[in-house]
Amino acid sequence: MNRSQHFQDRFTQRHRKDRLFKSLTKVAMSIGFIALAILLTGILIEGLPWLSWDFLDRYPSRTPSKAGFKAAFWGSLWVIGLTTLMTVPIGVAGAVYLEEYSAKGRFAKFIELLISNLAGVPSILYGMLGLIAFVRMFQPTTDPTTFLGIQVPFGRSVLAGTCTLSLLVLPVLTIASREALKAVPDSLRLAAFGLGATRWQCVRHHVLPSAAPGILTGVVLSISRALGETAPLVMMGALTYVAFTPSTVYDPFTAMPIQIFNWASRPQPEFQSVAAAGIIVLLAVLLGMNAVVVLLRNRAERSKAA
Amino acid sequence: MRSLRESCIRHGLLTSASISILTSFGILFILIKESLPFFEDVSPWEFLTGTNWAPLMVPRDYGVIPLVVGTLLVTGVAALIVIPVGSLAAMYLSEYASSRARRILKPTLEVLAGIPTVVYGYFAITVVTPALRAVIPGVEVFNALSAGIVVAVMIIPTVASLSDDAMRSVPNALREAAFGLGATQKEVTVGVVYPGAISGVMAAYVLAIGRALGETMIVTMAAGSTPLLTLNPLDSVQTMTGYIVQVSLGDTPAGTPGYMSIFAVGLLLFVITLSLNLFRIWIQRRYVRYDT
Repeated sequence: MNRSQHFQDRFTQRHRKDRLFKSLTKVAMSIGFIALAILLTGILIEGLPWLSWDFLDRYPSRTPSKAGFKAAFWGSLWVIGLTTLMTVPIGVAGAVYLEEYSAKGRFAKFIELLISNLAGVPSILYGMLGLIAFVRMFQPTTDPTTFLGIQVPFGRSVLAGTCTLSLLVLPVLTIASREALKAVPDSLRLAAFGLGATRWQCVRHHVLPSAAPGILTGVVLSISRALGETAPLVMMGALTYVAFTPSTVYDPFTAMPIQIFNWASRPQPEFQSVAAAGIIVLLAVLLGMNAVVVLLRNRAERSKAA
Repeated sequence: MRSLRESCIRHGLLTSASISILTSFGILFILIKESLPFFEDVSPWEFLTGTNWAPLMVPRDYGVIPLVVGTLLVTGVAALIVIPVGSLAAMYLSEYASSRARRILKPTLEVLAGIPTVVYGYFAITVVTPALRAVIPGVEVFNALSAGIVVAVMIIPTVASLSDDAMRSVPNALREAAFGLGATQKEVTVGVVYPGAISGVMAAYVLAIGRALGETMIVTMAAGSTPLLTLNPLDSVQTMTGYIVQVSLGDTPAGTPGYMSIFAVGLLLFVITLSLNLFRIWIQRRYVRYDT
């Protein structure tokens, strides 16, 4: 076999490998989509027949056909609403400090390391923190007493759930907000300082508005995470059988993922379908939140362009 | 006046940033404090080296190895799937897909990362486990394989998306040099781009493995609650997180060693994920940055 023949053979072979590899990457890419498709179709087929407005207006029941999602739905909305109120100011403020104020010294590096680690701490450990620090406040019992007008310990209440989930999503929000602040060009800051603005005036009037769409994305990302979290709430003992909606922050509560977990763990097959109906509601809320943010972001970007 | 206001604001912001210090040490402090009474009853040596875990029945045994092995088994199955699948998907996104396809594919894939874990748990017990039992003989109702597969699905977007970012940061000059030498697209991707992005890709793997180790709902629902020492993924196992959930759902009275043991297991889990996180941060810090 002469040399050019050898080269030809190798050449064809290498290109055959190239085509094979390309199909392989396509297959790998599609695995995620296939899984997503199977998951969603399975849930829709199981859950849709059980879904009705009534489902959202009934409390849990032993009978699958009478079981409802009301307590879990409103419980989740309470906790998520309060978590948003608590995390957004703290998370954005922390990011502003780290990105705009702190000298890049040891302290900032240290906090950065802690936040980076916290984002990787399993959520169930936050549940343990919540159980001891908020539910029981280091007491052996949860009998409430009033201290400075606040009921302590928080017990298995909306307030305890909110505090736990807030600590859980704060690192996520801080990291996302920092990325958004980093993307703001320095020329904006220099222009503001050049006109005699203080650091806060520069941040408040120029940097934050410019970073707002990115921060908003971070907010939705972290709130979506809080909405789907199950383990920490199970750990701190949010109840699975709650036949009322919370009316104060001290009320016990249940949440959508906990109720779904409870239904899915029951042996009767009907409850699996009820769980699927619950999942549809949960995913619909998540989808709705994400759709709202896409709309808001598009509007913010358009008004910035104008 | 102006500087007073500025300094108030500065301190307010600093306080917000410091919450992370409080949370970090809070978790560590609580885990240590609550597991101390447990370690008065059970020596740390017995806890870490014992091979039988039976904290809730008499005679009690507190050897954590079966829980650790159960966790590693599920994580191992997930890693075996996610490392090839996630990396290949990232190669497709970064090297093969048109920029338009990429703009659509990447956010859609990331939808998978936003699905709550309890939904994945439901998927595991209603779809994956029955499918496995139909195909492979000897699969138990609860098994590590099903949990591992679903955990892998959950972390595919993490690996694919972060590795894609890392590979795209490899400068085009390197690719062009390789193409100029007559390399095929596959040779460029595997031989130049992937090694060039290795620190970012490794960080993505470690992050994903950390998430698999700490994953709770999928393993609780699909892997079972039998702390047996086994390496067979078709068997039912119990993970560290699964045990913690089992106890907190059950009626084990607070204050008993059985209840206290969850904090010891939590402390161990914290130490393991902390070392993984520090390893990941270390890799990221020495990230090769290409200046173009």
